[in-house]
Amino acid sequence: MKIGVLALQGDFAEHIAMLKRINVEAIEVRLPEHLKRLDGLIIPGGESTTIGKLAVAYNLMEPLKQFGQRHAIWGTCAGAIFLSKDANRNQPLLGLMDIKVERNAFGRQVDSFEADLDVPELKQATGTNEDYHAVFIRAPIIESVSGDAKILASAPDGRIVAAQQGHLLATSFHPELTNDTRFHKYFLSLVD
Amino acid sequence: MEQQTGTFAVKKGLAQMLKGGVIMDVVTPDHAKIAEDAGACAVMALERVPADIRANGGVARMSDPDLILKIMDSVTIPVMAKCRIGHFVEAQILEALGVDYIDESEVLTPADEANHILKHNFTVPFVCGCRNLGEALRRVGEGAAMIRTKGEAGTGDVVEAVRHARTVLGDIRRLTTMADEELMSYAKEIGAPYELVKETKELGRMPVVNFAAGGVATPADAALMMQLGVDGVFVGSGIFKSGDPARRAAAIVKAVTHYQDAHILAEVSKDLGEPMVGRNVSQMPEAEKIAQRGW
Repeated sequence: MKIGVLALQGDFAEHIAMLKRINVEAIEVRLPEHLKRLDGLIIPGGESTTIGKLAVAYNLMEPLKQFGQRHAIWGTCAGAIFLSKDANRNQPLLGLMDIKVERNAFGRQVDSFEADLDVPELKQATGTNEDYHAVFIRAPIIESVSGDAKILASAPDGRIVAAQQGHLLATSFHPELTNDTRFHKYFLSLVD
Repeated sequence: MEQQTGTFAVKKGLAQMLKGGVIMDVVTPDHAKIAEDAGACAVMALERVPADIRANGGVARMSDPDLILKIMDSVTIPVMAKCRIGHFVEAQILEALGVDYIDESEVLTPADEANHILKHNFTVPFVCGCRNLGEALRRVGEGAAMIRTKGEAGTGDVVEAVRHARTVLGDIRRLTTMADEELMSYAKEIGAPYELVKETKELGRMPVVNFAAGGVATPADAALMMQLGVDGVFVGSGIFKSGDPARRAAAIVKAVTHYQDAHILAEVSKDLGEPMVGRNVSQMPEAEKIAQRGW
């Protein structure tokens, strides 16, 4: 299995390090030809406006949309925004997931936080009981899900912070900043 | 379930989100929009870019809060602002404004010639400058969640940025080959906390994100710093002191992403208009060099 990590900007090296820890081959994706022969793709955290502009400039929008029709994609934070249909403002989006997101919904950096989340599907899929300790950095929320998208996790205050639609996964927090590999393993279970 | 803010993971985490990106100095909301549209991953809000601070002389202080707030309102990307070395009240004010990162910066006139701010006391994260590994780890010891090599700000001459990045990264390479029993004596030699020296050896890299700064003026300069091994680039005077800021800013963003692809670097370097005029650091009197500020 070979997983790509979109490496236009953001914490792609952290995702690659997590994948290597669980013995998965991972490569950096910067241009359309780098998507060839990949089984899945992670879109990392970073600035969604920067990632969007670079994706447009290097003709990645269509190839990424086509990739997502057939293969698993997981977006963390900025990546989740990029996967969404609607981010409440005009910026390039892949529109692959039927989710509406609100950027920086928890506030500015002084409001960034860590919290434990109850994620039943994650516990079930990995055969574990512990809550998931999540890191939120100027995080977006998933305002609403529609169509085939379903809610995977909510913050302590009830706002949606993770969603799944078939082989597509969106989290507004950053599993790549923790030592807990369960979310990466869960994503790999969505890869054909 | 409890939410914890201001943890070191959260402070360091925002810097990790900035990796592979360009942080641009801006002095007006219009500049900030140009920077965001060009793909900057964050902006540094200030009253004067370093080249003008040099030209004007006098005491350089924290910028007017009104200007910082206007810049915060104009963009959705993170906004950083500078306080003077050791001036913890300027830092308290910047935290109260809600800036996303504070740069305790040698570009401003130092307020304390012996001590830096105890940055652990704040919820907002800090970035600090360094010229070598000892200086970097002293700042991390005080609570900095991000480091930048200093270079020589406001010159458009990349030579000092290269010197400082090579020194820091070279120090780390040598550290990784040392025996564990040599670490205490090395920590003493470079004046760095032992635990951080040990952690740096184990990680084989700086324990926090490490950007380059001070003299980057072209896409090639930015890619040079990335190839040397830094995580991203600050560009100060280099953009808005050039002939076509929007075009140059976008080109530098692309150069940082595609820093290993010489064909793309050639393409983005074309037809950018006049670069900032710049000042040759080797002909500058020692007293004018600001990188030496910091203890």
